[in-house]
Amino acid sequence: MVEHRRWNDILAYAILILGVFIVVFPVYVALIASTHDAATVVNGNMPMLPGSHTLENYYRAIFVGGSRASREPVGHMLMNSFVMAMGIALGKIVISILSAYAVVYFRFPFRQTAFWIIFVTLMLPVEVRIYPTYKVIADLKMLDTYAGLILPLIASATGTLLFRQFFMTIPDELLEASRIDGAGPFRFFKDTLLPLSVTTMAALFVIQFIYGWNQYLWPLLITTQESMQTIVTGIKKMLTTTDELAEWQLAMATAILAMLPPVAVVVFMQRLFVRGLVETEK
Amino acid sequence: MANVSLRNVRKTYPGGFEAIKGIDFEIGDGQFCVLVGPSGCGKSTLLRMVAGLETVTSGEVDIGGRVVNEIEPADRDIAMVFQNYALYPHMSVYNNMAYGLRNRGMPKPEIDTRVREAAQTLELAGMLDRKPRQLSGGQRQRVAMGRAIVRQPKVFLFDEPLSNLDAKLRVAMRVEIRKLQRRLKTTSIYVTHDQLEAMTLADILVVMNGGQVEQIGSPLDIYRKPATTFVASFIGAPPMNLIRLSGDEIRAQFAGDSRSAAETGILGVRPEDLAISSEATADGGITLNLTVEAIERVGAETFVYGTRARAEKAVSATPGELPEGEVIVRIPGQDAPAIGASIRATAPRDKLHLFSADGRNRIDI
Ligand SMILES: Nc1ncnc2c1ncn2[C@@H]1O[C@H](COP(=O)(O)OP(=O)(O)O)[C@@H](O)[C@H]1O
Ligand SMILES: [Mg+2]
Repeated sequence: MVEHRRWNDILAYAILILGVFIVVFPVYVALIASTHDAATVVNGNMPMLPGSHTLENYYRAIFVGGSRASREPVGHMLMNSFVMAMGIALGKIVISILSAYAVVYFRFPFRQTAFWIIFVTLMLPVEVRIYPTYKVIADLKMLDTYAGLILPLIASATGTLLFRQFFMTIPDELLEASRIDGAGPFRFFKDTLLPLSVTTMAALFVIQFIYGWNQYLWPLLITTQESMQTIVTGIKKMLTTTDELAEWQLAMATAILAMLPPVAVVVFMQRLFVRGLVETEK
Repeated sequence: MANVSLRNVRKTYPGGFEAIKGIDFEIGDGQFCVLVGPSGCGKSTLLRMVAGLETVTSGEVDIGGRVVNEIEPADRDIAMVFQNYALYPHMSVYNNMAYGLRNRGMPKPEIDTRVREAAQTLELAGMLDRKPRQLSGGQRQRVAMGRAIVRQPKVFLFDEPLSNLDAKLRVAMRVEIRKLQRRLKTTSIYVTHDQLEAMTLADILVVMNGGQVEQIGSPLDIYRKPATTFVASFIGAPPMNLIRLSGDEIRAQFAGDSRSAAETGILGVRPEDLAISSEATADGGITLNLTVEAIERVGAETFVYGTRARAEKAVSATPGELPEGEVIVRIPGQDAPAIGASIRATAPRDKLHLFSADGRNRIDI
């Protein structure tokens, strides 16, 4: 029996290590590539050990931008991405908690219909509705603005569903006790629902921040000015040069930099996040 | 300080289910009223209509001389204790109690005085900073009580507040609640399905069944003179023995008083009024010849389950409570006949109850 268990453990670890290796190896390659000069990276024999151009590459990526094309420095693109991701994550939380509140706690005509319409939008991600969305944003003169980057992405069926499920686990008696305690709909929301939803909000924030951060198609479409470039579209543009060699070492340095904020968010919010997914404080 | 009157109150749920079928009664100022009945009979529904948590389909709910049908729960001057306590999980004990007062805009110092006073009464003084999840079941129950008493409402409403506690704590809290209510003299309505709780707490007992009132009265009056076989078998444990009698049997049994005129009926006799005896009763009481089927010794007393030798027709108003033909005899002490023995159980005439054949009416002399 004991033998048996040990082999199971070993097998489990082997599979986990293999999985981690598959995920981590490309990141490692990117990290290594960002420490060599252009010549080393393009010659096809990627070294497996760090090179000596780390500081130079990162300095250029952050402050200068690629020298040959007139690119934005990464610092500014990171800033744009951050604003967009924050806007999307916070916007989604606000919109979805409010709509879930309406759907769960208020009796109004077509309540169920409203819920199903929200639900159906799960099947309509940005990519599917991109042309009409573009048209609307263009007509509203929001091209090349933060509002244009953020607003079309903040409607969230996922978030609404998540909050709805959570609200439905809150015992009705809590609402009734609030009513007897003289708390109207707004006070109940502010004093009871919001505090109880903190962990759910944290979980949603992490997921949606990363979702916002990784947006590619939408920012690519509506930003034309270099100054509104996000980092994810920026990396892509670094690689599509027409007449010159792509500066892979800079692109890789940028990719590594692009990973840091989402990682920071996950690490920072990890405790809340895990708690939100695993248990709810009721 | 308030009376509560219900006037022909009805409730039909949106699905069309009629949960309350016309209820009328009045609770005097400062009285402790207990609603008791089997699960699903509409006790909570009725209580929640008084609280304002359910709409009243028709009729009037009157608190302190004011019809409150259309008034919000917060403005009815009531406080409610829920079965699952419904404490705010994210608020400290202090804030749980203070929340309702703050929403009313009461000045801070007064809130503080009231909360601390309530905490003192309920022995929560050392726990004001804790969250509900850091409390035991009994302590949570006290916080729920505290939240009600700081409000100093006209009426307390309790919906099975003790049913989540273990048996011992339940008895202790029951006594506490009664003492507290006596001291505060606040009109109270208390819902329970536990007849023992009902008997011990009530000034007025309202026995409900199927959305209707079966009987209202003081607990002892109801115990002594149950109005229907339902009440007879619901109040008192073990339940009253009910035995269907033919016209002839009634005439024989009740010869000499007006009850003998009944054509058919149901005879009731409480287990505690039966005694095991070697002699048949001479004074017009009842004698039952039983075969002992089972014995339950609970220490101070013993329950003897027997079937009637003439294997017939004990009836039970609440199905499942007392199987056909079974009679329970409750005797003091631990001495009991052997299983399988034939015994004779007797009860004096003044301990016999008679109900109409459908069990809906009591027949008195
Ligand atoms: N919201 C509701 N909608 C429809 N029927 C209900 C609702 N609440 C309770 N009922 C029904 O009304 C009856 C009485 O319920 P309730 O008052 O909770 O009973 P009790 O508290 O006496 O156990 C039950 O049959 C129950 O199924
Ligand atoms: Mg109930």
